[in-house]
Order: sequence, then C-alpha cells, then structure tokens
Amino acid sequence: MSEHDSSQSPPDRRPLIAFAWLWVGAPLVYGVYELVEKATKLFTG
Amino acid sequence: MSPPVAPPGWSRWLVPPAALSVHLSIGQAYAWSVFKPPLESALNLDGTESALPFQFAIVMLGLSAAFGGTLVERKGPRWAMTVALVCFSSGLLLSALGAETKQFWLIVLGYGVVGGVGLGIGYISPVSTLIKWFPDRPGMATGIAIMGFGGGALIASPWTAQMLSSFGTDNSGIALAFLVLGLSYAVFMSLGVLLVRVPRTEKPVQDAPSAFEGVQVSAASAVRTPQFWCLWLVLCMNVTAGIGILEKAAPMITDFFADTSAAVSASAAAGFVALLSAANMAGRIGWSSTSDLIGRKNIYRVYLGVGAVMYALIALFGDSSKPLFVLCALVILSFYGGGFATVPAYLKDLFGAYQVGAIHGRLLTAWSTAGVLGPLIVNWIADHQKDAGKTGSSLYTVSFVIMIGLLVVGFVANELVRPVDPRHHVPAPRKAADVGARQQPESA
Repeated sequence: MSEHDSSQSPPDRRPLIAFAWLWVGAPLVYGVYELVEKATKLFTG
Repeated sequence: MSPPVAPPGWSRWLVPPAALSVHLSIGQAYAWSVFKPPLESALNLDGTESALPFQFAIVMLGLSAAFGGTLVERKGPRWAMTVALVCFSSGLLLSALGAETKQFWLIVLGYGVVGGVGLGIGYISPVSTLIKWFPDRPGMATGIAIMGFGGGALIASPWTAQMLSSFGTDNSGIALAFLVLGLSYAVFMSLGVLLVRVPRTEKPVQDAPSAFEGVQVSAASAVRTPQFWCLWLVLCMNVTAGIGILEKAAPMITDFFADTSAAVSASAAAGFVALLSAANMAGRIGWSSTSDLIGRKNIYRVYLGVGAVMYALIALFGDSSKPLFVLCALVILSFYGGGFATVPAYLKDLFGAYQVGAIHGRLLTAWSTAGVLGPLIVNWIADHQKDAGKTGSSLYTVSFVIMIGLLVVGFVANELVRPVDPRHHVPAPRKAADVGARQQPESA
C-alpha cells in the first residue's frame, strides 16, 4: 500500500496554472488596453 | 471552516491568481466615480451625496481590515475570500435594488457598508498566505496581489461606462449595471475561493528559509511597539504625498501650463490621469519586487527621499517643461503604489509571518487617515491661493512644500525603524502550536 502511494506522482498542475492566470490576465489586458488608449491622448490630444 | 491545506504537489503559482481574482474585483471601488453623474441625475442627488457610498466603503475597508484581521488569521484565506465574495457581491446587488426602487439609502448601505466590509476582508485575505508560500520573494508576491487592487479600477471604469451607455443612465439602467457587476464579480472571485491553499509545511520552498523562522510577534503585541507606529507614519506620509498629485491631477496639469504655449486640453489631461494610474500599478509590482533585492528599509528611503526630490523639481522647474512635470509625477505615483505593495513584506521582516495579515489590517488605518489628509491639504490650499488671486503653478507651490515636509517626516520615521525588542516576541512552543492548529486539514 505504502509502496503504491510513494510511486504515485502528484497530478500535473500546469493546465490549472495556465487557466488560473488566463482567468485573471484576460480582464487585466482589457483594462490595460483601454488605459493605453486613453493615455496616448496626453501626447495627441 | 479550517484553512485549506495544499495537497502534495500543489503549485505555489496557483496562489497569486487566487489573490488577484479577489483584488482585481474589489479594486472596482476606485471606479465609483463612473456611477456618480448618472446617479446624481437619476436620483436627484448633489455631488456630496453621491460620494457617500464610496466614502462609507473606504471607512468600512479600514475598520474591517483593522478589526477583522485577527479573525482572518484564525479562520484562514478561504474563509476570508468567501466573506469578501459574499459581502462585496451582495453589496452590489443591494445597490441594484436601491437604484431600481430609487432608495438611495439602500445604495449607501449596500455598496458602502456591506460592500465595504468585503473590501477590507478581501484586501487582507491573501497577504499572509502569499508570504508563507513565497518566503524567498515576499515583496514580489504581495506586490502581484496589491497591484490587482490598482488594476481593478482599470477594468471596472471602461466596463461600467460601456454598460451604462448600453443600458441607459436612468435608474433602471444603473440598477442593471449594478446587477451585472454583482453577479460577474461573484463568479470571478470564486476562483480565489476554490484555488487558495495554505502550505502543507512551514517550508514550502526547499532552498529558502521558512517564513516562520526568526522573530515572530503577535498582532496585539505589534501595535504596542514603536516599529509599528514608525511604519504607520511612513505609510501615511507616503500615501498622503501620492494623493497630493492623484487628487487634483487633471486640473493641476491644466493650471501648470495654462499660461504657456504648451497648454493642456481636457482630453490630454484625462490621458495624464490614465498614465498616472499605469505608474501606480507598475510601481506596485516593480518596486515591491525590487525590495526583495535591495531590502525594505532601502526601498522606503527611495520612495520618501527621491519622492521629496521629485516634488522639489516640480515646484522649482515643473512649469518650464511638460516632460519633466509628467516624469516627476509618474515617479511619485509609482512610489505611492510601491509603498502600498511593499508594506506587508516590511511587516513580515519586522514581526514575522505569524500574524502578519492581522498586523497589516491594523496598519491600513494609516491609509484611511491619508485618504482624508491628502485631499484636504491640496484642495484647501489651492482654494485659498485662488482666493488670494494666484494662478498657474503658484496655486500648488505651498502644497508641494508641505508634501516635501511630510515625506521628510516619513523618511525620518523609516530611519528610526529598528529590530523589535525580544520582550515582544512570541515564545516558540506557543507559535508552533498555533501554526500547527491552523494547518490541520479540513476533514480534521
């Protein structure tokens, strides 16, 4: 039993990490895009 | 609800997005101004009345962070994030009901009081967990989360403006916007509730020392140390100096160059405000991460010392060069953001990770104080200078001299920070028992 447990490797978390960062990153990119659009008016407006 | 312990193989890189999902949501508070004009016309309010929900929210943020910090430490990050989700979202839903039924008191109660509790508990919810997961880079870890609070407004402002333009700016349109925000943030924040975990062991990183090594001080003892009050002063002075620019950024840049050939239009002034928000956000992650390399005391020397020099440059030469004015203002705002983001790691260095979240909550009363002090100084002085017949950059010269003085006071307070006296340290057996009790699995 213990031999079986020790041979089990933990699940691959990389897909979950990618999903989690995408979840928070996507709206942040939208916010930064809107901000950059507004900020350029300092030099063009 | 016991703190959720990470299963074997859990990645610490899942914790920053959990924290960000909460901070990006509660950062919506800084976008309150988008609701002000439509609320004023739909519910027949004046400017002072329409500011009430935001003011209540900020006061409740400070109070709930200060008084709820110990409970957050005891119950753990998942409990805290759940409370933040329920309070913040139901606050928005109550506001939707208030707007639909034209009951403004419901918006004050919902957004200001109930939602404000969500802001305070949500703000401190991931701090101590991040420090435990990233003992090697606490500045970077808390910088990511606190950057989210700045980023929240960047998302909520354009999104809310678009919703109001689609739904309409009458009371039903406002109610629908509140409803969509409340439901969307509930879903968005649930990622944090589901993902957040406390480390299985005190040493989640093999090559780094445990966050529990070294000095550990309880929250009750920390507030009795001079170090806490020196840091309180440092944060208060740094935030006041930042708000000095932030509060009147658009009229300030317009006034500075009003009598020159480089006059600033209203849309260019709005662009300047947006650029300041970007500097504020970048400072949170950039300077806070830098503090892991050069040390917390040194980075605050930069915030306060170089910040004072930047204010002096604006006061002396600001109206002769627009690029210089913009550059100095951006640096000051990046220090403002950096000051917020670095303080949890500074607290961890001084008081240990034992109750750092609760200590951070108590320190946030400095933010509430600065939130009143900063705008008061700049607005009061600018109004008096205007009454005295002054125009252009001279409207702000006295304010800037005061800001330099405040930054010098903060600089001296930072220099006075010394290691905490051993009589305040938590005895080792008690510390071990408390940490062990907090890290029992949920089934236990």
